[in-house]
Amino acid sequence: MFETFFPILLLMAVGVFLSVVFIFLSAKIGRKTKLAKKFEPYECGVEPVGTTKEPVQVKFFLVAILFILFDIEVIFLYPYAVMARELGMFGLIEICVFVVILLVGYFYVLGRGALKWD
Amino acid sequence: MNLDFIIFIVSALLAVSGATLMITLKNPVLAVMSMIVSLVAQAVLYIQLSALFLGAVLIIVYSGAIMVLFLFVIMLLNLRGTEDLGEPSSPIKLSIKFIFGLILFVETVFIIKTGFMPGTVEVGVMAEAANGFGSVKEVSKLLFTKYLYPFELTSVLLLAAIVGAVVMSKRDDDSEDENKIEDNKEVQS
Amino acid sequence: MLEMILFASIKVVVVVAAVLTGCAYSTLLERKVVGHMQHRMGPNTAGPYGLLTPLADGLKLIFKEEIKPANIEPITYMLAPMISFVPAILTFAVIPFGKDNTFFGHDFTLVLSDLNVGVLFVFAVTSLGIYGIVLAGWSSGSKYSIMGAVRSSAQMISYEVGYGLSIVGVLIIANTLSLRELVELQMLPLWGTVSFLPNWFIFSQPLGFILFLTCAIAETNRAPFDMPEAESELVAGYHTEYSSMKFSMFFIAEYANMIAVSAVGATIFLGGWHGPFLDTMPMLSVLYFVLKVFCFMFFYIWLRATFPRFRYDQLMAFGWKVLFPLALLNTIVTAFFVIL
Repeated sequence: MFETFFPILLLMAVGVFLSVVFIFLSAKIGRKTKLAKKFEPYECGVEPVGTTKEPVQVKFFLVAILFILFDIEVIFLYPYAVMARELGMFGLIEICVFVVILLVGYFYVLGRGALKWD
Repeated sequence: MNLDFIIFIVSALLAVSGATLMITLKNPVLAVMSMIVSLVAQAVLYIQLSALFLGAVLIIVYSGAIMVLFLFVIMLLNLRGTEDLGEPSSPIKLSIKFIFGLILFVETVFIIKTGFMPGTVEVGVMAEAANGFGSVKEVSKLLFTKYLYPFELTSVLLLAAIVGAVVMSKRDDDSEDENKIEDNKEVQS
Repeated sequence: MLEMILFASIKVVVVVAAVLTGCAYSTLLERKVVGHMQHRMGPNTAGPYGLLTPLADGLKLIFKEEIKPANIEPITYMLAPMISFVPAILTFAVIPFGKDNTFFGHDFTLVLSDLNVGVLFVFAVTSLGIYGIVLAGWSSGSKYSIMGAVRSSAQMISYEVGYGLSIVGVLIIANTLSLRELVELQMLPLWGTVSFLPNWFIFSQPLGFILFLTCAIAETNRAPFDMPEAESELVAGYHTEYSSMKFSMFFIAEYANMIAVSAVGATIFLGGWHGPFLDTMPMLSVLYFVLKVFCFMFFYIWLRATFPRFRYDQLMAFGWKVLFPLALLNTIVTAFFVIL
């Protein structure tokens, strides 16, 4: 158990360590100038236009909903996949019913214009 | 005091503190991030109990999908943590909440105490799981035979959730579109 | 125990170093290949054939001035590059990059962690990769960043479903989630009968492979699906406001992700480290693996030089209306064939 997960944890630790070092390096080594213009959001050198306060379109939310629906479907397909042979025809019918019910949701969300962009 | 125990303590602390931060932080994006930390730590706990599949599901579905939805909602509403949340509750309400919280805490402690009487479970030592317990194959065998109906019902439940979410999110959008069309008509006439 | 920790540490350090070097030289490869495809020389000043260019780039980026715009959200702004960097290299924890070996009398497995749910691990880590992008865009306080972040996160989650689904066909045939067992299965003769070809899953799952490749490219936000970058409209997307090493961490993360999906693709569809003459020279396996990953990387760059960028609505429609149903169909049809 520990043998399997120790390298993963170690890799994670090395990753975090490296990223902290990188961030620290860039904060310390780089040259520093204080010009007010530099701290404005990027706009090709002219005065910034518009704000970040505009809310995101609701379509993205619908995409996220679709994603959850089918992410869960995929995660149920994984255990099915490793047992497909043992479960045989019965399992296949089962998974088909599951997929078809979720496909109803898929067509419903599509029909409601989830993927229509202006 | 073996290494498994240290990992358990660290991830348990991370899970609890992540959950606490999630409630207390005012910045919603940071709250989501601490929730993710908490979920990943919980996944580590599951994996320590040899429930590999459940751990993976916790990361993939909860911290990988549902938290993304939360972030999208935060971006949708453009919450920056500077919103006015109204007046803080009055001291009486606050104390009632506190009392209920305390009762819940005592209950939890009581349940844990009775559930894990000394001697029934070896504290700090993980019992070796039964052969194949928690592995994907075992989970799959149970899921597709014994728990067949709950599994199929899950899809119906998911469907209901989707339809609900779409109905609630799309209503305003549609009426806006209609308004726009009407506006255009007026302009044309 | 101590030996295990020592070996694991050596392997982790070697893998991280290899991945970072790989990232650095992928940028050179990309510039060279795209250059030659466009009848240019590509970088050729630093060192012979420009071989020192990545080093010069790295040094330059470290010494660059770091600009923090005024209206950022400091904590999330700091965290975002880290959050995109760590999952990017975490994928390599489960990928077998060579045949098991004996090394000075010790058994030496050329995989960091032989997890028996390796495929799930890869999928889980991939699903965490999105947060760096969202946080970067959200905390930068620039309209380009937030638009890029929302678009690319929507794109990533859309293609993640296809990414996960495209390998289910392979899993149904293989009946395992362990990457090691997947590689071992692919060493058998093709379909158990054709002896001169290996049983690589690209032969039994050609549609699955094409779907995987397409989704992998979109998942890593590369051309022709490089929507978040979209220089002409979004400047640089989610990392517009980042500079110096913080910017380069996003860059490293992008290339590490490319290498990671290439490695996953090579492991699942192209037989991983499998190749001829392994019995006499086991260390060749590492070379085969690197070669296969290189082929994927070259294909990535080739695509970038060939195709124009998709329009955003086309991209999303393609993911949800073409790739996703095809992947589902592929899964069900495979299940039918396996059971009958």
